[in-house]
Amino acid sequence: MAFISTGYNPEKPMENRITDIGPRDHNEFYPPVIKNNKGKWSHHEILEPGVLVHVGESGDEVYTVRCGGARLMSTTHINEICEIADKHCDGYVRFTTRNNIEFMVDSKDKLEPLKNELASRKFDGGSYKFPIGGTGAGVTNIVHTQGWAHCHTPATDASGTVKATMDELFSDFQDMRLPAQLRVSMACCLNMCGAVHCSDIAILGYHRKPPMLDHEYLDKVCEIPLAVSACPTAAIKPAKQTLANGTEVKSVAVKNERCMYCGNCYTMCPSMPLADTEGDGIVLMAGGKVSNRISDPKFSKVVVAFLPNEMPRWPSMTDAINKMVEAYASGANKYERLGDWADRIGWEKFFEVCELDFTHHLIDDFRQQAYMSWRQSTQFKF
Amino acid sequence: MAKHETPLLDELESGPWPSFVSDLKQQAEVRAKNEKGVEFQIPVDCVDDLLGVMELSYKHGRTHWKHGGIVGVFGYGGGVIGRYCDQPQAFPGVEHFHTMRVNQPAGKYYTTDYLKKLTELWDFRGSGITNMHGATGDIILLGTTTAQLEEVFWTLTHDYNQDLGGSGSNLRTPADCLGSSRCEYSCYDTAALCYFLTNEYQDELHRPAFPYKFKFKFDGCPNCCVASIARSDMSFIGTWKDGIKIDQDAVAKYVENDPAYPANAGAFKGSKDWGPFDLEKEVLGLCPTKCMKYENNKLSIDNANCTRCMHCINVMPRALKIGDDRGLSILVGAKAPILDGAQMGSLLVPFVEVNPDNDYEEITEVIENVWDWWMEEGKNRERLGELIMRQGFQKLLEVTGIDPMPQHVAYPRTNPYIFWKEDEVEGGWERDVEEYRKHHQR
Repeated sequence: MAFISTGYNPEKPMENRITDIGPRDHNEFYPPVIKNNKGKWSHHEILEPGVLVHVGESGDEVYTVRCGGARLMSTTHINEICEIADKHCDGYVRFTTRNNIEFMVDSKDKLEPLKNELASRKFDGGSYKFPIGGTGAGVTNIVHTQGWAHCHTPATDASGTVKATMDELFSDFQDMRLPAQLRVSMACCLNMCGAVHCSDIAILGYHRKPPMLDHEYLDKVCEIPLAVSACPTAAIKPAKQTLANGTEVKSVAVKNERCMYCGNCYTMCPSMPLADTEGDGIVLMAGGKVSNRISDPKFSKVVVAFLPNEMPRWPSMTDAINKMVEAYASGANKYERLGDWADRIGWEKFFEVCELDFTHHLIDDFRQQAYMSWRQSTQFKF
Repeated sequence: MAKHETPLLDELESGPWPSFVSDLKQQAEVRAKNEKGVEFQIPVDCVDDLLGVMELSYKHGRTHWKHGGIVGVFGYGGGVIGRYCDQPQAFPGVEHFHTMRVNQPAGKYYTTDYLKKLTELWDFRGSGITNMHGATGDIILLGTTTAQLEEVFWTLTHDYNQDLGGSGSNLRTPADCLGSSRCEYSCYDTAALCYFLTNEYQDELHRPAFPYKFKFKFDGCPNCCVASIARSDMSFIGTWKDGIKIDQDAVAKYVENDPAYPANAGAFKGSKDWGPFDLEKEVLGLCPTKCMKYENNKLSIDNANCTRCMHCINVMPRALKIGDDRGLSILVGAKAPILDGAQMGSLLVPFVEVNPDNDYEEITEVIENVWDWWMEEGKNRERLGELIMRQGFQKLLEVTGIDPMPQHVAYPRTNPYIFWKEDEVEGGWERDVEEYRKHHQR
């Protein structure tokens, strides 16, 4: 494994350096049918789950086959995507905002061979490599975060919870039987890199224990002021601590009851780890959306305060998700998003029909906006 | 033979959804065999060790990664996330396993030539593991050593004409929906604006000078497929000012349930039978402003009372088209919950033209006014939305020079505690108490 240099000289980092060139120009990456019809599309239609046609004013058509994919993806898998795109799509492919892969062809006769090719490919373990679906009034791919694959503050795994959930919801990925689209999102701690706060159903990793303090090492490996200022609730203060051997060291103290378990201190200071087998688990939220369609965009609400991490398939979590999806599928009107349905029937009914327990943790007590969520009316259902 | 036993992860190989475990395993095998003769610059068995460390997390219910401190490429303050394993003796292949964020192309279209060059580089100098794509939009290259960072950056910039994305307290990599490239709803060219602003603000993207992160997202229409209204400090959402265009013949086709005109562009062609399409119930009845009428086989829209929610257009895309006087709305301050709770974007500019010919001057002016204020007044780690909450929406209007209008609020304030400025009150606040006492005894 000899080191091979590109020509970069660490002694002279500015020599021949190129910076600030930005991304590649998207125009280089458009398939011809896209380039020719950009800004001049007439309409589109979902022909079947996962298959769309867009028709240009010119009469040109582009057929898109949408496939699910794990966003944690190897170069081997990307090369396989390229192989298929080279064979069927003249060397073009795109990804969606929700980690789907889209293969496009410019005529209908190219569609069946492409679909067959995609549907035929499976991993050795038996799962589909390129399941077709994710369109219309169904479930599409889950946007998510890194989890135990790569992050230092997750309270659960991301790829695993997503795999377990999508296996459960797979038939709805390949169907369009729901009242409207159902967007599931996953973020592995409350910092929400995945911004799950406006999803029909959100899976959120959550810690429940404040950080541990490694006093002996803390001042040696951390800048104490940075750890103090990292805390969003000002729960951390500098403090002298006495070790078991009687040595007095500079360290910090944490006001545990103010901690919201975000792990921002751990980001700044590795001597403040907070991960915990029993403390960590899953919060489920529901009823958010980002579209302005019919009703305003809305935030997701917490509907399950905590479920333990049940590796490797989180059955309590997928069970609760399934209940919500089924209750929504049978109860909502056509075009009604999950949150609009819950608002219409009332959240008291939501818990009843979804067979979820309502607990004191679900009543907001965080700062002033909590009041807005309490009921200021005599109108409610028994 | 796998390097580590992974009984828990193995259970995630079954089931229909693409298994990341199977993919990681195939990658580990490809590296071990190395049929292409790659001169791997980081440990050949790093993917085996990634599986091993994940299995350990599945056993413990805890992560085994540490945050990476300061690693990066010279002169940039973002684009690289340091990452170290907390069990380096057991998993030496991932002891150093840094992330590089690569600025994705607008719309996430690719040629396979480009992708293959990228995979070639990442097999050579990294783990061969990626995210396609990260939550903000970047291509994420997951796992390499410190010594490789400059080398990867060199190849990206010199040979691939490709730069890194953002991280830390700077402009994060802007992201867009696919816009007019393949969507008839798009009210502006999201890709062109995203690309222009990304290039215009390279300095802000690479060199942290902000109080905290700042995100741009570009949605072509109010359907908000890229979630800009929930996820970006500054959200650019396409809209129009004139009327929705109606094709009455096509409306008739929908009413007749012509199979070539399925409701919602075919979104309900699933296993559930919703019955025949009913224009009154499904379009007029669900219109939030009830601004539509269907009389004598003619659909009419009171456009002055339309709020452009997109529902009718989504339901009947062959009959109804977005208007021609197009532009975008700018909303500001959206963020995830940390700390004061989640915020949705608030409307700041109801309508602005999207004009590439003057380098989007009307848009960059708003951006720069907002940044000037936020950089001056924002506290460390204070998102724009939180500054607006702290100093007030009125202050935001003042610094951007935008006139207040009823569109800015869902409803006017419900308290009368108006803090008047002295110069807004006739005669000011300095008064002569002696003069007052001439008419009002003590």
